[in-house]
Amino acid sequence: MISIKDLTLSFDSDRGRTIVLKDFHLDIADGEFVAVVGASGVGKSTLLRVIAGLVKPSSGTVTRDSPETPGRRPYAMVFQDARLLPWRRVVKNVEFGLEGLGLDKATRRRRALDALDLVGLADKADRWPHQLSGGQRQRVAIARALAVDPDLLMMDEPFGALDAITRQGLQDELVDLWQRTGKTILFVTHDIDEAVYLADRVVLLAGSPAGVRSADRIDGPRPRHRDDMVARETANAIRGRLSDTVEAGEGI
Amino acid sequence: MARPRILRLSLSLLGVVLFFALWEALPRLGLVKPMLLPAPSEIPATFWRELTSGAWADAVLQSLRHYLSGLVLGSAMGVALGVATGMSRTLEDMTNWIVRLLRPIPGLAWVPFAIIWFGVSSTAANFIIIVGVFWINYFAALGAVQAVDRDLIELANAFGHRSPLAKLVKVILPASVQPIMAGLRTGLGQAWMAVVAAELFGVAGLGQRMMQASSLLATDVVVVYMITMAVLYGVVDMAFVALRDRLLAWKA
Repeated sequence: MISIKDLTLSFDSDRGRTIVLKDFHLDIADGEFVAVVGASGVGKSTLLRVIAGLVKPSSGTVTRDSPETPGRRPYAMVFQDARLLPWRRVVKNVEFGLEGLGLDKATRRRRALDALDLVGLADKADRWPHQLSGGQRQRVAIARALAVDPDLLMMDEPFGALDAITRQGLQDELVDLWQRTGKTILFVTHDIDEAVYLADRVVLLAGSPAGVRSADRIDGPRPRHRDDMVARETANAIRGRLSDTVEAGEGI
Repeated sequence: MARPRILRLSLSLLGVVLFFALWEALPRLGLVKPMLLPAPSEIPATFWRELTSGAWADAVLQSLRHYLSGLVLGSAMGVALGVATGMSRTLEDMTNWIVRLLRPIPGLAWVPFAIIWFGVSSTAANFIIIVGVFWINYFAALGAVQAVDRDLIELANAFGHRSPLAKLVKVILPASVQPIMAGLRTGLGQAWMAVVAAELFGVAGLGQRMMQASSLLATDVVVVYMITMAVLYGVVDMAFVALRDRLLAWKA
């Protein structure tokens, strides 16, 4: 389990102190798929960066109950843009997070190829990033994150920059990947329908400073249908709460 | 519409022919004294004399030695200090004013000190060349490092490459190769100028041989060495471009 307790983040600037997150609290069970939704600019991406240790919180803790294991990284991130290194071939991009873990070359290569296989791109291992489509590049980014075998896979609007068809395809692939690997996923998106379609639990982040406004459990069998009535109602309810907070001027 | 390749090639060739025809005509028609401008048809014979006397090989080897050692040292120091300054705010602030003071001083303005410190020697020539190429490479590397996409630095952090050395090797250097290479290439030309300038002051090499010839009004010999410089520079530049294209194969 991953516990995020009382996370607070504030910045000091010449215009005074800005509190971005206040007393954010979230427990994520092992293997759970949690989506965080909220208006743009509310602090969703910042939340991921704090959990990943890229931004130091003003107070609060992020703890895992799984022990440190050699050859793995506790967190991995998929960004909105694929952020592949253009000077590395696809497989070397996937190896990026494996370097510095004390693994030998053959192990790194094997794990990278396994991860590429998971996203269906094993045959593109020797390509350069610029030879791939946008959807393929994002799949490589997912493989790069999976390769380090993280306790928590964080995704920051990973499909936001893709066209609708590619996005739907990747959503289904992600659910499939999640079910096969049993990874714990924290998925940030501003697309409530996407969140409801993918996640076990949808957390609405709202307010300024931002905190958890609501958390909805999405039950029902998988694979899900995009036009599932219950899911649609949940999505509408979340949308309603979101627009309330925005109208109340708390949102952005 | 684009011009056909064959036409463009013919025009280039025509330009060369006209250039040499005009050059040949000027002394032959008595418009210019042959002593002031030797006809191009005399050059091969002069070149052969220089070659067989051994003067040509001596001068070329000495110049190349100055050139290569000065170029390598000056470029290495420029790139190293540029990269270090680009990565460290402290270093940048510390060197800020020194750089502003020293940078506008042309490399050749160091000739008096070069001669006072090192005499008319190879070391003096090296020194002038080093100063000449140092700044080009320093600013190319500094600018390149400062322009590295912040998102890629964040990527390095997210995947565990947090030490400055890891960031340098995994992201900063590969991302800066292209602009650093552009700086190195500019330095190739700049260093040639510095070589000739240093040798005009008496250090043995192409420049010194030219000065000797010109004082005897052996203008044909001067032309031989002018062409030699052009060809040597061309060869070095071509070799460099080939190396660069190999390093930047991922750009293709």
